[in-house]
This record gives sequence, C-alpha cells and structure tokens, in this order.
Amino acid sequence: MMEIMEGSHAVAHAVTRCRPQVIAAYPITPQTHIVEALAEIVANCELDADYITVESEFSALSACLGASAAGSRVYSATTSQGLALMFEVCYNVAGMRFPIVMSIVNRAMGAPLSIWNDHQDSISLRDSGWMQFYAEDNQEATDLHYIAYKVSEDHRVLLPSLVCFDGYIISHTYEPVDMLTQEQADSYLPPFKPYHRLDADDPISFGLFASPDYYLEFRYENDQAMRRAQDIMASCGREFGEMFGRDYSGLVEAYRLDDADTAIVAMGSLCGTVKDAIDELRDAGKKVGLLKIRSFRPFPTAEIRSALSGVSRVAVLDKNISLGSKGAACLEVRDALYGSQIPVLGYVIALGGRDVRKKDIAAIVEKAEKGIGDIFYGLREELLK
Amino acid sequence: MTDEPCNLFDVGHRACGGCGAALAARLILEAAGSNTIVVSSTGCMEVFSTPYPETSWRVPWIHSLFENNSAVASGIVASLKKQGRTEKVIALGGDGATVDIGMLCISGAFERGTDFTYICYDNEAYMNTGIQRSGATPYDASTTTSPAGKCSFGNSRPKKDLPAILAAHGAPYVATASVAYPADFKKKVEKAVNTPGPCYIQVHAPCCTGWGFEGEKTIAIGKLAIETGLWVNYEMENGEVTRVKKVRRKPVEAYLTEQKRFRHLFRPTKNDVEIAKIQQIADRNAERYGTDIVLKK
Repeated sequence: MMEIMEGSHAVAHAVTRCRPQVIAAYPITPQTHIVEALAEIVANCELDADYITVESEFSALSACLGASAAGSRVYSATTSQGLALMFEVCYNVAGMRFPIVMSIVNRAMGAPLSIWNDHQDSISLRDSGWMQFYAEDNQEATDLHYIAYKVSEDHRVLLPSLVCFDGYIISHTYEPVDMLTQEQADSYLPPFKPYHRLDADDPISFGLFASPDYYLEFRYENDQAMRRAQDIMASCGREFGEMFGRDYSGLVEAYRLDDADTAIVAMGSLCGTVKDAIDELRDAGKKVGLLKIRSFRPFPTAEIRSALSGVSRVAVLDKNISLGSKGAACLEVRDALYGSQIPVLGYVIALGGRDVRKKDIAAIVEKAEKGIGDIFYGLREELLK
Repeated sequence: MTDEPCNLFDVGHRACGGCGAALAARLILEAAGSNTIVVSSTGCMEVFSTPYPETSWRVPWIHSLFENNSAVASGIVASLKKQGRTEKVIALGGDGATVDIGMLCISGAFERGTDFTYICYDNEAYMNTGIQRSGATPYDASTTTSPAGKCSFGNSRPKKDLPAILAAHGAPYVATASVAYPADFKKKVEKAVNTPGPCYIQVHAPCCTGWGFEGEKTIAIGKLAIETGLWVNYEMENGEVTRVKKVRRKPVEAYLTEQKRFRHLFRPTKNDVEIAKIQQIADRNAERYGTDIVLKK
C-alpha cells in the first residue's frame, strides 16, 4: 500500500516489520526521528522489543553486540559523530561476526560542526567489515533494511550491515512509499537463527585473544565472507523483487548507460538528481548515463568493470574525501577499470550539505569531456582568497 | 553454592602463580554457578584466560572491549528477558576498566536499573599493560606512570570511591570484598546475583607482579590490607552500610613494608611524613566505616 511518509518514519516502520527483539540507540541529528518513532511503536506494544535507552552511541552498539551474542535480532541507528564514537565497537561486531543492522543517516564529520549531509561518516568505516548499502530514495531506504537483515544473517555471510541514506534529503523528506505488510515482511525475512550464541546449556567463549599465529586467518575469513556476500546480496535482492516487484539483484544499477559516452558514478540520493540531469542532457544530444553504486561493501568490482566497459570516460561523484588523495568511490572505480584505458575522473562534491543541482551535473559532464577531473567541484572561490 | 564436578573457571590459564584476580574468577563462579553468563573487559584476566584457541571459562563468556562490558551486559540482559531465559549476567573488569575507562558505561547500566552484577577485581593499577596507575591506585604507590623519584612519592591521589558512586546511583546492593576472605566474598557474590537490579562488588585482588611480593603471600597481603584499615570489607544495601568487617588494627607499616611499590617510603631513609599520611587514610576508613574492635574494659 502506498503511503506518503517521511524517510525516517518509513525506515522506522520497515524496521518494526523486521521484528528486532532489542533496540539500542541514542539521539543525534538527523537520525533522531527514527529512534523516536521506534520508541513510540514499542511504547504502544506494536513491536515486542526491549528498547534500551543508552547513555551514548558507544553503549548503543555495545548493547546491540551483547544482545546479538545472546541470540536476538537487534537494531540501532546513528550518524556522523555517533558513528565515530562507535568506531571501536564496529570493528568488534564485524570481527565477532554478529549480523547487526544499523541505519546510518549520512552526515558530515566535524570540525567544523555540520549537521548536513555527506558520506564521510559511513565511508570512514570502509575497512571495518560492515557491509554498506546506499539508498537513493525513501522506498529504497526502507526496502534495503529487509534485505540487509537477510544478507547479514545468512550463515554464509554473518557480517553486520549499514543501511545508509542521506540526512534530510531522505530522512526528512516525504515521499510515497510502498510499505510491506507484516505478513509480507515475515514471508521474506524468517526469524533470526543465530549461528552460535551465549547459552548456559552450551557454553562457548566469544572474543578471545589471538596471537600472531591466528589473527591473520581471522581477517582472511572476514574478507572471504565479504566476498561471498556479493552473491548473497544479489540473490536476496532478486528474491525481494520476485515477491514484491522491486528488484534489487544488482549491487549496482545502470540508468541510460547502454550507449553512453560519459558515465557518471554516484551513490545515494544524488542519483535522483543525476537521472533528471541525464534526461535533459540526452534531450540536448549528449550521451550520458549513470551507474549507481548501491553496495559499496561488498564492492562489486566485476559488475562495475563490465557495466563501464563501453564508455569513453567515467565521472565519479564522491560525497567524501580521503584528504590528500581522492574520494573513496573514485579510487575503487579506477581500480575496477585498471588496465582498460578508460579515464576515471573524480569529483568531490556536496560536502557538508552543499546543494547539487541539475546544472552542476551538466557542468561536471562538461569538465569530464575536457578531461578536467580529480577536483573539488563547486568551491566558492571568493572564500578562498 | 553448586556441586560442579570441575572448576567453572578451569585450570591451565596463563596467570602468574599467586594471582589474586585468577582466584577471584574461580570464587565468583563457584558462588554464581553454571547458569551464568560472564562479560569480561579487556585486561589481565581476559588475556590470561583466553589465548585462542583455548579458554578457561566453562560458562558462556564474552569479551568485547576494554570499556564496554556493562553496555554489552545490558544487551545480553535485554535479550535474555525477551527470550524468557534465566541465566544471570556478571560483568567482570579490572580497576582500570571499571573506575576509569568504563565508568560511563557502568553509570549508564546502573542508572537504567539493569539486572546484572558488576564485579571489579581491584589490583590497583593497569597490570596487563605493565603496572600503570589507575584511579584505584592507592596513595603513594609507585607505578610505571606514577614512579617514585627525587620529587615524587608515587601516586599522588587516593583511590576513587566507586562503591559510593554506584550506591548513589540507587544500586540495591554494593559490597567490597577480598580474595583473602573467600567465604565472605562468595557469600557476597551469591547475594549480588540473586538481588534484582544492578549490584556491584569490588574485590581486592593483590597482584604479586605489580605490587612486588612473592606469589605465596597473596592471601597474607590481602589480610594485611584489611588488618591495617587500608581496605575495608563492607556491604551497602540501598545506599546504607549494613555490615562491616571489624578488625584490631595494625599500623599501616605492616602492610607497606611487604610490597616493593611502597619501598621508596622506607629506603634510603624512612619517610615518616608520608607514612603518617597513609596512616591517616586508614584512620579515616576506620572512623567512616566503624571497623575498629573496641575492647570493653
């Protein structure tokens, strides 16, 4: 049933239908609407969950870790500074293979303090062992939660997931959303079956101390799980499409890319703007297409290489920057196209919530055609004098 | 008490001979029994008991990080409640993990009324990383980050009073104990795990390596701490002190001279001024808790 819903509320209701048994979260802008909505849902007995009102994000994810270890499906949500405070726990959750799902309402990292959107927060967790899925709109933000639980909890994967969507642009925007019914959600997502759990009847130890004789193999196993997750993500996304009509089998998604000269690569809500810009550029005779990256971890290197094999140039839009280097997606797309002779140009864009308009996309395409890339786009030069 | 056939905290771990913390772990599980989940913070006990792929824990056990065992325990308690399970949850941490780096998580868990027991094994410094001072290091103890020197008598601050802080959170049961009095300690553990709500026990666990004494003297040193009034065994119920271990006090020198961490107070010359300050700490303890046995004439 289609409903007009704020992004945060749509996500909260999707999470409710995933039936987490323990929720632990801490308020932070612009994520707060999600945890407020969930608190209300629990207070009205519409979800049988224990809602732990923790004293920090660090404790939020730590509590989730404990609840997951004891055998419950768990949920948390955060953003930016809150995610940074969780950093240590994030590595721990992934290392112990707890299939926790957490929403990230993407926001810039301070200083200077900014509550507005970019992707620096979740991208900074790139190497932690969490999967990272990026949503383009409210619908995708809700759907990805069901899929994330299914992929994370698959015993061939057992890795946590970040479901990332843009602060304000999605979290605070009202859009029509086709919300699964509880019955539909239950038919897609079965109850959580822990691979192992803390249990007095079968005592095991979690989180041991590994000497150099053992540590390397643990990280290797984590890496193997992340690689296996590509196929599981594809099959869970396909199954979702077969059941509900919205196909997420691709870890990337192409838009008017078939005959494109210039391919734009982007993640998140930016993709909507890019699609509109492409339609206008196509009308003006420019062959431009989009490759949207839905799954940044696992990173679909082969899919990206194949999708971009026919283009003349690639313009990668990054809402993040590894200072002194490039945006994260630019580097990885360049790696995916290694040896192909296709130029990959990076554009750091929209940091700290700077708006991106269709004319900006047109301007970037123009720069790409001239071979101008690896730049910050949209700088206010007058401020830098 | 349980009739477990073997130790729930099993032999074969890597603790030093005479380790007070290892003894504490054994006593805790003897008292709590097998229907217990233990959450350990990073530290000596975690490292010496679980070198992968081995473990000494015969109960379900988890170690996550240095400072988050109370938050992890909160999640476990919530999960057990939702599943209708009956295991008791014990969070275990050294004094650094407890009074310093983990205090935020502990405060949060106690404020929320989490039904768990937190046990701090207090060996009065960061022993796992090589004897650095913590907020629980006693006055004038020499550690690697509070060394005695030409212009230093060691640690310049008294121990942080975490039991009082947690009692102020409304904890129904707070107790101090010592591995030197195992029956008393076990009784307190039993009481804590069977009291609903957040309970706290701080157990004095002498560390032969960090304090500088021979491993066979662990119990003797633990007793001297009590007998001099530098450690007090007591119970607090709903914020009120309800039981105190009474002693006929000895001068603090009897305790200090046995440990290398206080050696600088006696060599090259005896430092009467500093020793008097430590005696004052013991006197204040005795007055505050009423530990002195007063003989009737």
